[in-house]
Amino acid sequence: MALLEYENLSIALPGTARPVLDGIDLTVSAGEVVALVGESGSGKSVTARSALGLFPTGAHVDGHVRVDGTEVVGAGPAALRAIRTGTASMIFQDPRAGINPVRRIGDFLTEALRVSNGWSKGRADDRAVELLGAVGLPDPERHLRQYPYELSGGMLQRVMIAAALTAGPRLLLCDEPTTALDVSTQAEIMAILGRLQRERDLGMLLITHDIELAAAVCDRIYVMYAGRIVETAPTAQLFGAPRHPYTAGLLGSSPPLRAPAGPPARLTPIPGSPMGLLDSAPGCSFAARCRSARPGVCDRTPPPLEGHGTALVACHLAESLTATDNTATGEGT
Amino acid sequence: MTVDDHARTLLQVCGLRKAYRTGKTEVVAVDDLSFSLRAGGALGIVGESGSGKTTTARMLIGLERPDAGQILVQGEPLAPTVRGRAARLARAKAVQIVFQDPYLSLDGRITVGATIDGALRLHGLADPAARTARTRELLAQVGLGEREAAALPRKLSGGQRQRAAIARALAVEPAVLVLDEAVSALDVSVQAQVLNLLSDIRRDTGIGLVFVSHDLAVVRYVCDEALVLYRGRTMEHRPVAELLSDPGHPYTQLLLASVPRPDWDPDSISRRRRELGPAAAGGGA
Repeated sequence: MALLEYENLSIALPGTARPVLDGIDLTVSAGEVVALVGESGSGKSVTARSALGLFPTGAHVDGHVRVDGTEVVGAGPAALRAIRTGTASMIFQDPRAGINPVRRIGDFLTEALRVSNGWSKGRADDRAVELLGAVGLPDPERHLRQYPYELSGGMLQRVMIAAALTAGPRLLLCDEPTTALDVSTQAEIMAILGRLQRERDLGMLLITHDIELAAAVCDRIYVMYAGRIVETAPTAQLFGAPRHPYTAGLLGSSPPLRAPAGPPARLTPIPGSPMGLLDSAPGCSFAARCRSARPGVCDRTPPPLEGHGTALVACHLAESLTATDNTATGEGT
Repeated sequence: MTVDDHARTLLQVCGLRKAYRTGKTEVVAVDDLSFSLRAGGALGIVGESGSGKTTTARMLIGLERPDAGQILVQGEPLAPTVRGRAARLARAKAVQIVFQDPYLSLDGRITVGATIDGALRLHGLADPAARTARTRELLAQVGLGEREAAALPRKLSGGQRQRAAIARALAVEPAVLVLDEAVSALDVSVQAQVLNLLSDIRRDTGIGLVFVSHDLAVVRYVCDEALVLYRGRTMEHRPVAELLSDPGHPYTQLLLASVPRPDWDPDSISRRRRELGPAAAGGGA
């Protein structure tokens, strides 16, 4: 059984032209690192939050999300609390937004243990020190007495990771955990997350806009566009032979770091901009930006994810567009 | 340097220094920074937070006054203080900037077309019909049309707003355009559009670009030279292709290794980062 399982999850908000999520199917198994990649407004954060039952206010939710076998859609407060305090934890982009600036780090880390588990202060402090050590902070005892403003962004994100681990979760949801950090700090945070994930055999869902980062750390990648998953494949395959024109377009838009000498080859951007919630399109929502779109074909609703080799693709043209068609326009790295 | 070289050098920066004081402690944000930029050239200033790259950008456009050093634009020193309309306009004509967040630099109450029209009027284009034509031309240059010209900034997408900010900066016909993390907040598909636009502008106008960014791949695409800053000091300043294929300074090597890629090894990067920490600060070139 998968640790995290989305089955045909749709979320609609009143007053929008298209659903926020439209039939999401996604699984994460224990010990697996999976990325969900997409641009702003694609619905990737809403997807991650759904795993904790954090649906947008006023949303109409359809389908299923199961965390370790427990249904989240329609779950009562007790079941949700059990998931949030036990099975699954989430790490957000901005560590400062998730911590009370006038309480000490130690109070923040031990609150859940003392309130939910009824631990004594001493026992909870010992555990917090152990966790701060596990995320590589140099002086855990001192950090317990510090306030959030005394730590840098990278250090505070490590505190947030320690907090996410207090309950001993089996599933880690990471929503752009390194986007606000410098590149070398990003490497450090990803190293810590990777080590903890391997040591504790955690299932991990990494939400990111950075397809290169996803490729560097994940076993499998889901690509999302306008509330739908358009392609999923093992990392090497997704990068080497993208099947969906959007995946290929994303790869073609990233300037390569190492390229042959001479002036760099011109990028092939995807025309237009990502679709907002107030825009809708009949049929394939990517068709308006797609260089391969065919009238009369792509104005029908795209097929559900279908197998093409080891990739699953939701595109009318998946069969006729060979991998070479796509890589000819995209460069990858 | 010959007279001809002087004429072709758009921007010359010598021994620039800026320190900030909080109470008794002094933080040197930029220390002994020197570089020059020729007409049509593009220099990338690369660094992480606290490297001094934004302070440099702000000194170039006169938002911060350097403690020491000199900035010459087309051979003329950038005056430390600007008083009066003529001096202000001359400063604007020397260097323009595009910030990361165009929401903060475009006037939210007037249309994009009116913003550009205002810049043209301020810089002496008196004839309204000529201004309208030039506004249209500038917007077309950045890929925006009539519909976007008539829109308020909040009605545009992030990429369109950033294009509008670039068009506004170009309206002044500055010698140098500074871009401070100008593509960092854009989605990658839109970022690629703006990057192509910047390379077209370089080709077509001969403007000099100072491109401040943390993203090495983007700097490689836009610039021919790059300067790596760490805690205010210059670590390395070389042609960008050379810098990336054969980084000389350990800090540049660390930055390059930190960019995620399929054979990425974050464990070794964080080890090297810790070994390097204090050494890189003292080891400025």
